[in-house]
Amino acid sequence: MKGLKSAAVPLAAILAFLAFWEALVWVNDWPNYKMASPSDLPPAFWKYRWFFLEMSWQTLWRTVAGLGLAVVVGTLLGMAMGFSRVARDALYPLLVGFNAIPKATLVPVIALIFIGQHDFNTVLMAFLISFFPIAVSVGIGLSTLEPEYRDILRALGASKVTIFWKIALPKTLPEFFGALKVSATLAFIGTNLVEIVSPHGRGLGALFKSGETNGDYPLMFAVLIALAALGILLYYAVVFLERIFAGWAERPAH
Amino acid sequence: MTNLIDIKGVTHAYQTAHGPLPVLDDLNISVPEGEFCAVVGPSGCGKSTLTRLVAGLMKPDRGEVWLHGQRVTGPRKTVGMAFQNPVMLEWRTILENVMLPLEIVAPRMPKAERETRAADLLSLVGLEGFEHKRPSELSGGMRQRASLCRAIVHKPDVLIMDEPFGALDAFTREDLWLTMHDLRAKEPFTCVLITHDLREAVFLGDQVIVLSGRPATTQYVLDVDYPGERQLDGLYTPEITDMLHLLRDQIKIAQGRQDATEDAA
Repeated sequence: MKGLKSAAVPLAAILAFLAFWEALVWVNDWPNYKMASPSDLPPAFWKYRWFFLEMSWQTLWRTVAGLGLAVVVGTLLGMAMGFSRVARDALYPLLVGFNAIPKATLVPVIALIFIGQHDFNTVLMAFLISFFPIAVSVGIGLSTLEPEYRDILRALGASKVTIFWKIALPKTLPEFFGALKVSATLAFIGTNLVEIVSPHGRGLGALFKSGETNGDYPLMFAVLIALAALGILLYYAVVFLERIFAGWAERPAH
Repeated sequence: MTNLIDIKGVTHAYQTAHGPLPVLDDLNISVPEGEFCAVVGPSGCGKSTLTRLVAGLMKPDRGEVWLHGQRVTGPRKTVGMAFQNPVMLEWRTILENVMLPLEIVAPRMPKAERETRAADLLSLVGLEGFEHKRPSELSGGMRQRASLCRAIVHKPDVLIMDEPFGALDAFTREDLWLTMHDLRAKEPFTCVLITHDLREAVFLGDQVIVLSGRPATTQYVLDVDYPGERQLDGLYTPEITDMLHLLRDQIKIAQGRQDATEDAA
């Protein structure tokens, strides 16, 4: 009963949103080159179903690959900043500056450095746009570890590595997963940026671009919905991992 | 009787942006094996520095710290620590929290043996049935009990406590004092307790050391001759009241305001 209710509420919200959208288009009598309505979308999905499957897969694997890279590199950077003051002072301004650069401006730069390497470029962009929150949260999590936590093991002669595995790492996990949720969405944006801009690209971004080129407006909207669905999928995959690895941080509701 | 802890002429200063800040000045403390030593003194007089020195977490600028006839040069496995913050690892159960030091000190001890040892201690402090709860499900007093178990699970020679009961309400604190006596009866260890509570110092300590204001030196040593068994009622006897007055006066001297105030306690 409780599970049913927790599924019914978001489902009802989505249906209400679709109804509102349909009504908006119908009341204003917009043609579908201005805005397609939800009822235009199922035919578009059906017509291009194999494309959707293939392109979604392309987008998904490249996003996950970029995100995976961001987790590894972001965690390593965070560890460096968390454990060493010098590393923190050196890296922080660089990272903040890099993060402030709009990533769309990097697309042509990357495209020129690695000409024609579409898969590589896409994964690279997904990584570049998403490692920052992870690096910062791991860095802050480690550097704000209360000294007592370190001392209970250090007083027994435990090595730095042991203290990291037994205390610092698990204690940082809730912050890490908080950042990973942000990064997952960002990585998705990075992937699509490259897919849309690259000529002869693949993935949902390229499908969007081809819809635009051919004036197939329902297709463009269908791609946006597919992107939203993939985004939700990825987000909840992260939530699922969080439950497994950092479920202890969730307090029972009172 | 041999001394388990010998602190000889320890002087230490922290380096700050405004130059060195001396915290300890020629400090001398001796604690015989099995004794309970309570250390009191004004706020910020370097009491916590003292615990870190005994634990081998830092080295003094001058002077020596000896444990068991060996000079302390770094951390050692024969020390247990407890703080005001119970420092529970939220991702572990209470039992797993208590087992933590054994994983470092006795990595080859079979898991079943570790569990038995931890569970025995937990039942000794009245936490039977809470072994598999998360720390967030326990009250502050219960967490502090678990923290004490963790501090002595590896049978350390020395238990170092830095205001372990400071954050608890008065009645829970008294309960934990009694628990300390129970633990010492079953698991003898030498203890250094840092505290701000004079009644706590007298109730638990075999000797009470008053540190002077910063930089701290040994100002006064009181040998506690507790009337009868260590029961809470004893705290309300004239002998103990006299000791408390005496300590109170020493603290005033330490605070450097013996003459400045008129409120004769």
